[in-house]
Amino acid sequence: MEFLVASAIGILTAGGIYLTLRLRTFPVIMGISLLTYAVNVFIFASGRLTVGAPPILSDGVTTYTDPLPQALVLTAIVISFGMTAVVVMIGLGAFLGSDDDHVDDQPEASDSKAEGQS
Amino acid sequence: MTHWLITPIVLPALLAPFIVLAARYHIGIQRSFSVAGVLALIAIALGLVFQVSDGTILLYQLSDWAAPFGIVLVGDRLSTMMVLLTAVLALFVLLYAIGSGWDNRGRHFHALFQFQLMGIMGAFLTGDLFNLFVFFEVLLIASYGLMIHGGGTPRLRAGVQYVLFNLIGSTLFLFALASIYAETGTLNMADLANRVAMIGAADTVGIRVAAVLLLLVFAIKAAVVPLHFWLPSSYAEAPAPVAALFAIMTKVGAYAIIRVYTMIFPPDLSVTAGLHDVWLMPAALISVAVGMVGVLAAKKLDRLVAFAVIGSMGMVMVSISLFTPEGIAAALYYIIHSTLAGAALFLVVDLVRTGRANLDLTSQPAVVGNALTAGLFFVGAIAMAGLPPLSGFLGKLLVLNAAFESGLVVWIWAVVLGSSLIGIVGFVRAGSIVFWKAQGEAPLEDASEFERPTVLSYVAVGGLLSLLIALSVFAGQVHGYATTMAAQLFAPQPYMSKVLDTAGKLSTPAVADDHSSAKEEGH
Repeated sequence: MEFLVASAIGILTAGGIYLTLRLRTFPVIMGISLLTYAVNVFIFASGRLTVGAPPILSDGVTTYTDPLPQALVLTAIVISFGMTAVVVMIGLGAFLGSDDDHVDDQPEASDSKAEGQS
Repeated sequence: MTHWLITPIVLPALLAPFIVLAARYHIGIQRSFSVAGVLALIAIALGLVFQVSDGTILLYQLSDWAAPFGIVLVGDRLSTMMVLLTAVLALFVLLYAIGSGWDNRGRHFHALFQFQLMGIMGAFLTGDLFNLFVFFEVLLIASYGLMIHGGGTPRLRAGVQYVLFNLIGSTLFLFALASIYAETGTLNMADLANRVAMIGAADTVGIRVAAVLLLLVFAIKAAVVPLHFWLPSSYAEAPAPVAALFAIMTKVGAYAIIRVYTMIFPPDLSVTAGLHDVWLMPAALISVAVGMVGVLAAKKLDRLVAFAVIGSMGMVMVSISLFTPEGIAAALYYIIHSTLAGAALFLVVDLVRTGRANLDLTSQPAVVGNALTAGLFFVGAIAMAGLPPLSGFLGKLLVLNAAFESGLVVWIWAVVLGSSLIGIVGFVRAGSIVFWKAQGEAPLEDASEFERPTVLSYVAVGGLLSLLIALSVFAGQVHGYATTMAAQLFAPQPYMSKVLDTAGKLSTPAVADDHSSAKEEGH
């Protein structure tokens, strides 16, 4: 199970970094979403993986799972969700205003359409 | 336990929704509540600074739960000083926003401004790394709104870059926090300091990765080269009062580095040996150089100031990465100076913008108010470039003096002095093109489209500059206080025992024993 979770985090992170390094807004936002998924699983795993154990104190239970990462990951999910929504809106506004969805600074007053076909 | 320590966070947090809900369509009410709130913040911050000036550590346990299980706010000399600096800066920025009418060019300026203050205050006061993350997000999400305040395509495009860069930074921060938690089982700073020191030499892989990730995150916030690429566009395109307020945001990164790397990963800890002098110091020196070369190379006045901010953050980081009490004291003095000077220059740039067609560094006809604006730019540029007699010169002198004992003294002196010269040339060039050559141009036939900036705008900029002058005149006292702050940072034991040994709800006298057994389990 550790291998499965670890490799899932690794693959999500690798895909996220690849997409984040693209030039256009949409792949970059997708990449950041993948990165936040990866980090959410990572936080969840940071309290060690335990199967079928309760996080809160109960009678007759000896093994517990760490409750704190679950609280942390909830905060992280909410924040990353909100942030992604914000960046989609701002990116949409920028795209509709300039008809260009590159994330980097374009050379000023150049023919951005000609070199934007890549 | 008094509740004063949490008021700098609660007051703006209550004021902002009030402004949104009750005063939505009344800019007058919004303005008066916003100014009143910031004035109250200054009063509270002064009170807090006075309380901790004798070395007391203030502790606020939320819901009375004891650390490390509960969330705590901690006020020591450094954090209350930063709170005071933020509140004072906010007052002048707010006056400028009102005076120039920037706050009325879009919706919800004042509400976002208050949320921004809440985030910054929280980041300075929290004693918990995860809460630091949360307050970072609060200040960031408010800053996204402020950054694109007033709209316009160039601003939105710069906003996309800014938001994306900070989202990546937040993700890195979470990775760092999770690895720290996985290694130590806690995120309370004082508790972390104890536990990191207990990690054996053989198991340091995870905590090293976490320390470096954390440094990366704070370096993004502090715009240290090569992680500075978000800063020039976003600061140049942001509305002027917002850019001026953002002058404190880079310092949040510097503050976090000082806090975490004096307490949790102190310079003599073998786990993170080499992080400061091998990695941070060269990056900081390159920041100084890149910033000042950018000042010389900038084609527009707003970019010039943005690069000057990068350069002055580089100076702060040079001083921090010495990690000696003298270095930190010099850095703290320079942080105050750099915040005020950067903010003042961004506001002066906006004054220039009201009198010109654009901010390109080309000679354009002079319009009304040129002489006064030129004078303000002159004073601000002297301070930022580090010429005598203003605080920039004294700050650089302190940094150079603190670097004297370091092994890299030749590099530091060479880079700082050489790039200061380049920066001076850059400011002189910009000033003479924008203000001096304007006298040689034929006056505009119809200058009526350019309005004269209001008196309140000049008062705000003049206020910031007079604070800089006061900082120069009272440099001895301020540096003396900075030295006591640094001394407190390098003797974190009272801080840690105050945080960890104060009893809270459900604490029993045997809490100390439970605590040590919990530590055993953590490994």
